[in-house]
Amino acid sequence: MSLNKLTIAAARDALKAGEVTSVEITEACLAEIDAAGALNAFCAKTPEIALAQAKAADARIKAGDAPAMCGIPLGIKDLFCTKGVASQAASRILEGFKPEYESTVTQNLWDAGAVMLGKLSMDEFAMGSSNETACYGPVVSPWKVDDRQLTPGGSSGGSAAAVAADLCLAATGTDTGGSIRQPAAFTGIVGIKPTYGRVSRWGVVAFASSLDQAGPMTKSVRDAAIMLSTMASNDAKDSTCADIPVPDFEAALSGDIRGKKIGIPREYRMEGMPAEIEKLWSDGAAMLRDAGAEIVEISLPHTKYALPAYYVIAPAEASSNLARYDGVRYGHRAKLSAGEGIVDMYEKTRAEGFGPEVQRRVMIGTYVLSAGFYDAYYNRARRVRALIKQDFDQAFAAGIDSILTPATPSSAFGLGEMKDADPVEMYLNDVFTVTVNLAGLPGISVPVGLDAKGLPMGLQLIGRPWEEGDLLNQALVLEKAAGFAAKPVKWW
Amino acid sequence: MSIDIDTARKVAHLARIRVPETDLPKLAEQLSGILTFMEQLNEVNVDGIEPMTSVTPMRLKRRADVVTDGNYPEAVLKNAPDAREGFFAVPKVVE
Repeated sequence: MSLNKLTIAAARDALKAGEVTSVEITEACLAEIDAAGALNAFCAKTPEIALAQAKAADARIKAGDAPAMCGIPLGIKDLFCTKGVASQAASRILEGFKPEYESTVTQNLWDAGAVMLGKLSMDEFAMGSSNETACYGPVVSPWKVDDRQLTPGGSSGGSAAAVAADLCLAATGTDTGGSIRQPAAFTGIVGIKPTYGRVSRWGVVAFASSLDQAGPMTKSVRDAAIMLSTMASNDAKDSTCADIPVPDFEAALSGDIRGKKIGIPREYRMEGMPAEIEKLWSDGAAMLRDAGAEIVEISLPHTKYALPAYYVIAPAEASSNLARYDGVRYGHRAKLSAGEGIVDMYEKTRAEGFGPEVQRRVMIGTYVLSAGFYDAYYNRARRVRALIKQDFDQAFAAGIDSILTPATPSSAFGLGEMKDADPVEMYLNDVFTVTVNLAGLPGISVPVGLDAKGLPMGLQLIGRPWEEGDLLNQALVLEKAAGFAAKPVKWW
Repeated sequence: MSIDIDTARKVAHLARIRVPETDLPKLAEQLSGILTFMEQLNEVNVDGIEPMTSVTPMRLKRRADVVTDGNYPEAVLKNAPDAREGFFAVPKVVE
């Protein structure tokens, strides 16, 4: 097997046994990346850093001091600040920005000996579900079933495409409304959004601070467990990062889910849901039942209002977070004509630097926070958010351990197919995932089957707060039972 | 509630994003569409429900009010489009 196709777990074991070196795995990935220009997944390549880190990792492994992630080559979403390496959230407004600091998540990974292959494209400022808003142009999914080019999903589309195409062993992603789980489902990989506060947001370009969480995107559930244990930490630099111990999530993977109560929320059975998704969902429930779990129908009555609440709260926070891009401290500054002042500088810089979707969301956010509308929109949305969380709290209080839902309302669509659609139509991609961000819960997308077109479809498991270990264990059982082994046929 | 062209112009200015006059009708239409979608929230009975301030019941971390970081102006200014003599430079703000 080509070394770039290894899982983290397999690479770790082979590295430890001395059967392979990190330099060899890293070189295999770098060669694949160079040959995969057609996917447009990597927006910055860092081969020198990668090889230096790989050599250091090999020395560390030899010395017998090797944490699980040591020597594992990764792709890093462009949203993470990486010292001295372009980090621009796929936006023109951060053109030329090379941070003077390292995000906590990437620092945790490098401290554990992981290797950075480069930065991965994404929707601009993580706003999008198709990777078409990236200033680098769209990422193309490695999955192809006809003459169309398909979206890998978004916003972590570069991460999803790179992992599915075996350009790296795993990648970091971030998830504000589904940006890890939807692209993972579209590309047949695993992606987990941890509990809000499990992973530090420090050094991750902020979109909506009360919803953003980073997480791993991997080839297997076991890999997600290994990588999450390294990404997560307590961090004084992020006041919302919880001071609770980070368990060894891999140790929670017993494969035994007997007696677990898994809820099926009836409100997720949407009108017009494709029959294939509905079948996938009931098949998934049957797999968990066969493994000894108890399947219970539950109600999450405010589900319908999650999407509109999200599209008030997320843009409101974004409009505030993105106020910092003013052409003064970093990134792009518009050229001014004689006589133009500082307001012209702000307005021209932001018009040139932000793409249309980011502009729209900043303006919606500005509107819902403006005097006279703050109560009607923003405060009302935050009240509805409290009710959405209460739905989950009540389900968990009634003894439910986790909740099974579809990950996405469809399989991947073609690039450009949503071009003329209303912005709201694109937002519907997040319908099964936003509730989890609004309630701060952990959610994982697991590939379960292919649709009639031959495209991957995923199911989502939603866990109790801080119970990622339990959630990953249930995901492992689902992964095993589904036996999803399809890979995209190489065309690039 | 729908957003007219004047409101769209005002919101764009508040957001400090220059939008050409010719683009305002389309923008107003899109913003109105999004707001209409949000109006579903009016169906929800939110009486007695406090707006959520923190998704986890955790109290924000406190620390002593002391300087913990700093003293590297070069690093702070490194990415500035225009920095002079240890300051960020901007167009003239006061006459």
